Amino acid sequence: MFESLQLLWIAPPGRGLTLLSGLVSTMQIAFGAYALGLCIGLLGALGKINGPAPLRWLLTAYTTLIRAVPELVLILLLYYAGTSALNNLLESLGYEPIDISGLVAGIVVLGFVQGAYSTEVIRAAMLAVPRGQTEAALAFGMSRTQSVYRVLIPAMIPFALPGLANLWLIVTKDTALLAVVGFFELASATKTAAGSTRNYLLFYSAAAVIYLCVTLLSNVVFGRIERRYRRGQAAA
Amino acid sequence: MDWSWLPEYSDKLISGFWLTIQLLVICSTLGFLLSVPVGLVQVTGPKPLAMLARSFCTVVRGTPLLIQLWLIYYGVGELFPKIDGIRDSFMWPLLRAAFPYAILAFTLSVAGYVGEVMRGAFAGVPKGELEAARAMGMSSIKVLWRIWLPRAVQNVFPTLAGEVVLTLKATPLAATITIYELFGRSTEVRQDTFLVYEPLLLVAGIYILLTGLIVTLFGWLENRIPKPSMA
Repeated sequence: MFESLQLLWIAPPGRGLTLLSGLVSTMQIAFGAYALGLCIGLLGALGKINGPAPLRWLLTAYTTLIRAVPELVLILLLYYAGTSALNNLLESLGYEPIDISGLVAGIVVLGFVQGAYSTEVIRAAMLAVPRGQTEAALAFGMSRTQSVYRVLIPAMIPFALPGLANLWLIVTKDTALLAVVGFFELASATKTAAGSTRNYLLFYSAAAVIYLCVTLLSNVVFGRIERRYRRGQAAA
Repeated sequence: MDWSWLPEYSDKLISGFWLTIQLLVICSTLGFLLSVPVGLVQVTGPKPLAMLARSFCTVVRGTPLLIQLWLIYYGVGELFPKIDGIRDSFMWPLLRAAFPYAILAFTLSVAGYVGEVMRGAFAGVPKGELEAARAMGMSSIKVLWRIWLPRAVQNVFPTLAGEVVLTLKATPLAATITIYELFGRSTEVRQDTFLVYEPLLLVAGIYILLTGLIVTLFGWLENRIPKPSMA
């Protein structure tokens, strides 16, 4: 048991470096997808609250359908549909079809899924901001855009933070699903290392510990952020 | 769109569908049963058990289900063949099959997530109700069975519906350990027919329908149980 522990070390024959670079990819995909998801969520929430009826229906369909289909199925669908749609578009414009890197594809696919969840979280947070606050902003002569940037978004952040923290934890864990499609990240790196050394228990436990550390660390960070944004609010 | 493959593969898809339902029902039920003690000891103690339950929830919720599944199937499954004579024992067919490992992994996952929900639910039942029950002469077990558990479940019923949907959406992971449930069957169809979208769209549609069904079913049940009073 203890001899096999050195397989986790950085230097060969240890596979630590493989796991570490997998972790780096995982974090890159997670950060990218989370950021993309937040952008979609912010626009989606604004559209769902203020948009014209057709846009609202479209967004409702988006959030409902995405949240009802297993992530694994969505990842496959979006990956194939996305790459072939892009290449069709490029071909019709007279460009050569391109090979999309796993990193970008992973970010876009997971970001699109995250967007549906973020939309709901941010929408609920925006609705929790008392109407009077945005009305006051408008009464001060701010434009609608200004009232969103200066009042609505800062005021909704404390309401959205618990949900958004949860979404961050979900996206770091969802990156593991990309291993099934063959992208390189922590789970697939672990699979390769475990398969080639035939030490499944050791490597999957190591991966679990790494993911757990990411989660615990994120909890600390989000706890700090939440405390900062809740200052000045009455303790709930 | 080409759907000509559908009649040929319908039997396989239907068997995959039932396997998905089996996974869902078995794991949701067992997971819920396990989540009750996991949630309860965190509220009542004793301390060591409460800490154990807490760390169980943290680990389950802090690691990807895919890794848990692979850890249990490949990792724990790796240990059994090393035991002498196990290949001749009556347990061997069970230990070699993938299904029990999937059941174990999903059940533990449900127990971890729902355990956290149940912790809050147990803690949320007003103390006075439990004291009243005890004053009526009920034993601890009776208080739990007649008052505490029903009141806790009543308070978090909508959340439980969400957890069942999450469990449904987790079942396709079983395909990665050679279990041919609905998603696994669609992968099989895709490999046989070289069709990219149609099988995926079909199973996506079925999952949407199942989600709708679960939400409707739980909504109906929710209307049949008395509404929780605001404490």
